[in-house]
Amino acid sequence: MTLWPGDLRARLLAGAAVLVFIAPLDAPGPAFAGLALVAVLYALERHALPWRRLLHLEAFLLIVLVTVPFSMPGTALLTLGPLQASVEGLWRALTLAAKVTASVLFLSALFAGAAPEHLGAALRALHLPEPLVRIFLGLVRYLALIRAEMARAQEAMRARSFRPGTNLHSWRSYGWLIGRMLLRALQRADRVEEAMRLRHYAGRLPRPATRAVPRADKLRAIALPAPFLLILLWGLG
Amino acid sequence: MIPLVTLTDLTLRRDGQVVMSGASLSLKLGERLAIVGPNGAGKTSLLRAIVGLERPAAGRVTLFGQECTREADFRVARRRIGFLFQDSDDQLFCPSVIEDVAFGPLNLGVGEDAARATALAVLEGLGLAHLAERFTHKLSGGEKRLVCLAGLLAMRPDVLLLDEPTNGIDAENGARLRAALAAFEGAMILVSHDDGFVSELASRAMVLRAGVLRPAEIHSHPHFHAHPHIHAPEPRGGA
Repeated sequence: MTLWPGDLRARLLAGAAVLVFIAPLDAPGPAFAGLALVAVLYALERHALPWRRLLHLEAFLLIVLVTVPFSMPGTALLTLGPLQASVEGLWRALTLAAKVTASVLFLSALFAGAAPEHLGAALRALHLPEPLVRIFLGLVRYLALIRAEMARAQEAMRARSFRPGTNLHSWRSYGWLIGRMLLRALQRADRVEEAMRLRHYAGRLPRPATRAVPRADKLRAIALPAPFLLILLWGLG
Repeated sequence: MIPLVTLTDLTLRRDGQVVMSGASLSLKLGERLAIVGPNGAGKTSLLRAIVGLERPAAGRVTLFGQECTREADFRVARRRIGFLFQDSDDQLFCPSVIEDVAFGPLNLGVGEDAARATALAVLEGLGLAHLAERFTHKLSGGEKRLVCLAGLLAMRPDVLLLDEPTNGIDAENGARLRAALAAFEGAMILVSHDDGFVSELASRAMVLRAGVLRPAEIHSHPHFHAHPHIHAPEPRGGA
């Protein structure tokens, strides 16, 4: 049995609600309770932790952990010349790290089984502005192509003995590479737009008729954020 | 009978340079006109000028008996013209195959269900029904080209403009494409390097060289030829 709503609209709304409930937490207790709750969800769902994603995230959070304690006044913890880290700052940094980790882990699990191509239709059904949906779908459609183009260009550079280094030649070559990628992307965008015009696109598509969200998914979409709401109420209380 | 497409003394400029001068052609009902010529001769520009993606510096474009000068004129005529691009990735932009094929009918104001049904019928007609729910960016080059064609056929065009349709397409899907185009009842203009494909499909040909368009002749005669072959070695100890 899965706890996630099967319908992507319900899943998106549940995910948004959970993020809204996690975001205002400002004490370490509730923040870590949220993280623990996400861990429990992982265990219940038997979902593997996304280690790679987590590693990237924690590397970024390290910057927060190092800098935030120095930016808050309070009881001195560590003094480095004119800089002073505070205990309050450290707790604030840990709270932030717990909240961000909980949010990312939650979203990773929630959308792990959803194809991005299907998310677009769900976003449109939720009445998100059409240009945003188009940008999202365009990204999904063309990301692989742009990546392949970039990889080919870099292989071509390597095939001509290019070895990146810290020198003007390298920087200039990368500048050209990025400039060329941009130009090609713009040209591609023009051609795609022309192809759409030729098939009579006038900037608007009729909104597809949508099926009702199944009852079980509605219940899941309410049940899933509920414990996070309780944590938020505890945090505010 | 009014020709479907007429170009009269068309001159095209790009960046101030003349890329085509005094081109005239007319395409009649059921005709299959092949335009051949070297790379960079302006073949793609000619097709783009027909649908109004490029505006002529001089000369006239007449589509279905109506002279077209403004975007609005071309818009009306484009409903009846299907343009198959050289790069299928430019043409397939919807997430799934069925959505992409239904895109044109939806733009023409057909309802959601009817557009889907039309798209499915066209895909079935091309033997591609199994691709309907696939994601467009995960198709092979040949499949992409065929899905593009399906997207055009779903709008029931009277004229097809084909820009190097057999480029980058494998033998099996190439055969499907030939069959589909041979079965197409409307008129078409095809630009291609593939001599076999042109002689098999076209009823008339023109040559475009250095920006000048001239009538040409299609003829076929038997060839005796020799060329080196590579054969895989026979397995040893066989029958």
